[in-house]
Amino acid sequence: MGIPVFRGTFGPAQAERLLWRAGFGPRRGDVARTAKLGLAGAVRSLTRPGTETLVGPEPHDEKGNPLAPFDAWGHDHLWWLDRMVRTTTPLVERMTLIWHDWFATSNDQVGSQELMIDQNNLFRSKALGNFSDLLLSVTQDPAMLIWLNGIENRKGAPNENYGRELMELFTLGADRPGGYTEDDVREQARSFTGFRADWSDSLGRYTNFRFDPKRHDTGTKTVFGKTGTFDYTDSCKLVLQHPNHASFFVGKLWSYFVPAAPDTATMNALCAMYAASYEVQPVVEAILMHPAVYTGPAMVKPPVVYNAGLLRALGRGIDTSDWVWLGDEAGQRLFYPPNVAGWDDTRWLDTATFRGRWDIANYAFMTTSRSEKARVPRTAAKLYAAALASSGSPHVSAGTDKLLRAYVSAALADAKETWEQEQYPPLIFNALRQLVAVTPDFQTS
Amino acid sequence: MSDCRSCADFSRSQLLRAAAGAGLPAVEPGMPTPAGTGLTRRAFVSRAAGLALAVYGVDKLGFTALDDGIAHAATGGRVLVSVFLQGGADALSLLYPADDATYLKLRPQLALPASAGPFFAEDTRLHWHPSLAPIATLHGEGKVAVLPSIGYDHPDQSHFTSRHYWEVGATDPRLLTGWLGRYLDAVGTGDNPLQGLSLDGSLSPTLATTKVPVAAIDGTNYGFWTQNVWGKPEDRLYESLAAIGTASKSAAGDIALQSLRLREQMLPFAGDGNTPPFKSPVAYPQSGDSQFPQQLAGLAAMLAAGLPLTCVAVEAAGSYDTHSDQATGFATDVALTASSLLAFQRDLEARGLQDRVVVHVWSEFGRRAEENGSAGTDHGAAGTGFLIGSRVNGQQVGEFPGLTTGLDVDGNLVPTSDFRGVYASLLEQWFDFDASQVLPNASSFARTKLIR
Repeated sequence: MGIPVFRGTFGPAQAERLLWRAGFGPRRGDVARTAKLGLAGAVRSLTRPGTETLVGPEPHDEKGNPLAPFDAWGHDHLWWLDRMVRTTTPLVERMTLIWHDWFATSNDQVGSQELMIDQNNLFRSKALGNFSDLLLSVTQDPAMLIWLNGIENRKGAPNENYGRELMELFTLGADRPGGYTEDDVREQARSFTGFRADWSDSLGRYTNFRFDPKRHDTGTKTVFGKTGTFDYTDSCKLVLQHPNHASFFVGKLWSYFVPAAPDTATMNALCAMYAASYEVQPVVEAILMHPAVYTGPAMVKPPVVYNAGLLRALGRGIDTSDWVWLGDEAGQRLFYPPNVAGWDDTRWLDTATFRGRWDIANYAFMTTSRSEKARVPRTAAKLYAAALASSGSPHVSAGTDKLLRAYVSAALADAKETWEQEQYPPLIFNALRQLVAVTPDFQTS
Repeated sequence: MSDCRSCADFSRSQLLRAAAGAGLPAVEPGMPTPAGTGLTRRAFVSRAAGLALAVYGVDKLGFTALDDGIAHAATGGRVLVSVFLQGGADALSLLYPADDATYLKLRPQLALPASAGPFFAEDTRLHWHPSLAPIATLHGEGKVAVLPSIGYDHPDQSHFTSRHYWEVGATDPRLLTGWLGRYLDAVGTGDNPLQGLSLDGSLSPTLATTKVPVAAIDGTNYGFWTQNVWGKPEDRLYESLAAIGTASKSAAGDIALQSLRLREQMLPFAGDGNTPPFKSPVAYPQSGDSQFPQQLAGLAAMLAAGLPLTCVAVEAAGSYDTHSDQATGFATDVALTASSLLAFQRDLEARGLQDRVVVHVWSEFGRRAEENGSAGTDHGAAGTGFLIGSRVNGQQVGEFPGLTTGLDVDGNLVPTSDFRGVYASLLEQWFDFDASQVLPNASSFARTKLIR
């Protein structure tokens, strides 16, 4: 019944991994501070944080204008990226990102940055709360009601979209033994009838979202073999009580923190813990204490985590809209997941998204890149140390460290002409920072 | 392509310099239009400069055979382009049974009148959706095979499960390689990411391999830029990343290596940053919403430039999960997709590449025969597919099952052809490859003549 806890040394390497997996990477000094807390203290500092404050430069676009997240193109992405960069409660923000992926809603169809940000604030307010509560709120959330046609699902004219995805993607999983049937999909659609909204020409979007009893199908439905005059609250309860729900929930939540599936004993223990109350926080806490986080394989950082982490390491705030198209290029434009299943977290890296990450690193370093005439150390060891420190001193493996040093020595040795000897060191400084940020070491945690 | 080492003597740079110069070389009859046709002079110049750099980099990295692309083009390598209609495209709108009483009853809001679209010549029960007119034109030229009801037994109505089945080429949720990925694993090479190319900016699961590299690009420019890094320190940067990627023996390291290799392969398209890196001989549709027309235009230019592509995956314009207000958006999306595909075919014909390319258009399922209450349709079973190309045998595969006896217990169209039979036929007839090496139980699926 006990859930395994990591008993090894909790040093800087472990603290750095935890800060990436459960947040957006360390700021200057965070690794040492976190390591000092020990495993339990470090995990609880994330799962039981104090009140959030935002630290660092206020966000603005390249013209110096404050962000207009409801209105200006791309400012939705910048607004959230800023929260990730400046937050003092990174796990809350990371859970918000997880719920955005879990209940993946795209503004492509919602068509309102304001409604998307309302949904985002819902995810944030219940980030480490109760899943039953979250599910009921999401079911009535305006962006979701548009996205999966909830406002068009009415008595006598059911629309199956939400009822199906609720079970397939949000709570039970597709094609599992003992799973739901096509009849359950149709009956669930009837249970969820009744939501509506009014189109507003002046707002250019739907408004006045509400449940209208006249549009609700009050007839009896049979779901998972149970019969009753179910409505949306009943249906949300029915899926949570389904025998496949706890294992679906735990397996999916685990996959955001650990790249390999949990062993059976861990799985069963986490399921028991979760099913007792549907509380998220204890489950996340248990996962983050688990040996699999610290002894298992490295995990690819999601693109937006990579981006926010670079800015945190550099102490740089949001000062350009470039992050919007760069996020797209790297495969993660916030508020625009590819479909209702969210991003494919097992396929973040390919040649296109690698180049997107390359570009993110280049743009992150750009404001502090050294010109050909800049003064930087001229010896290999000092130049390497300066470049690494200026990249936030990330942990690199011994093998990579050796090859990075080899780069500096070889590149310095290339300088034969006087002009080369003058101009190459700053170029090498810039190249080294770029190289560090695109190594497999830094792409993963 | 490795059996064509002599072709490497005909180096890319020689060809480019010749093509960019005043006196163009004579094109021999039957030879494809020379690589790089349509490139601007400035692009050629920068391309030649880039090449010298690339050769230097290649030497340092231990990569080989930059000229495989030319060799591949010279041997006329065949290309399969997979075009995915994402979301489950409605079969009963793509080709609709206008005069069927059941159709009018099931589709009170969505039914199209007979007068809206031209007859489908092979089955006059059906009409082409008016937005499919460009495909109807190609069909009239004998270049389209229609699959009016394609699917599989025991259909799964989940987008993700059904799409997965189509991508992996089997009704197996655990298979993690794409059907074209497994083909590439069997015939591909370890140094050519372009052999399996996704055009949507991320890897298409259809092309997922386990042994050989594949590539994803977004647009035709695949240059790398680092502010205030140039010259020898830049060359060393790529060299060092390759060494780190190799040493790491990790998936992230492999991607770095593949990206560096792709960067070299794409240098001909690096452009000069001001003008587009290629010109198309035909006009493609303009769209602010979808990159699809430009992706196909870029694909044709890459083929013309001799890049070594074999399997290509791209998503069609639009989104086909039409749960509500289906009519308008569907018509717009189909129109852009169809007109782009027509432009692509004309582009290939203008460049003399039409006999090297087959396009396969598919969707994860069709939609429910009966419309829902939101003037849309819910998830269904069998759907519509197309094969397009000058070498395609322009006859329908399977037939429209009708709505009287052609619906299953859920009210969805039953399949009259199986997607795995189409895959097997394509592997055998287009790639001349043993389908049983790629598809589980390949022998159990009926073959049809798809290629002539």
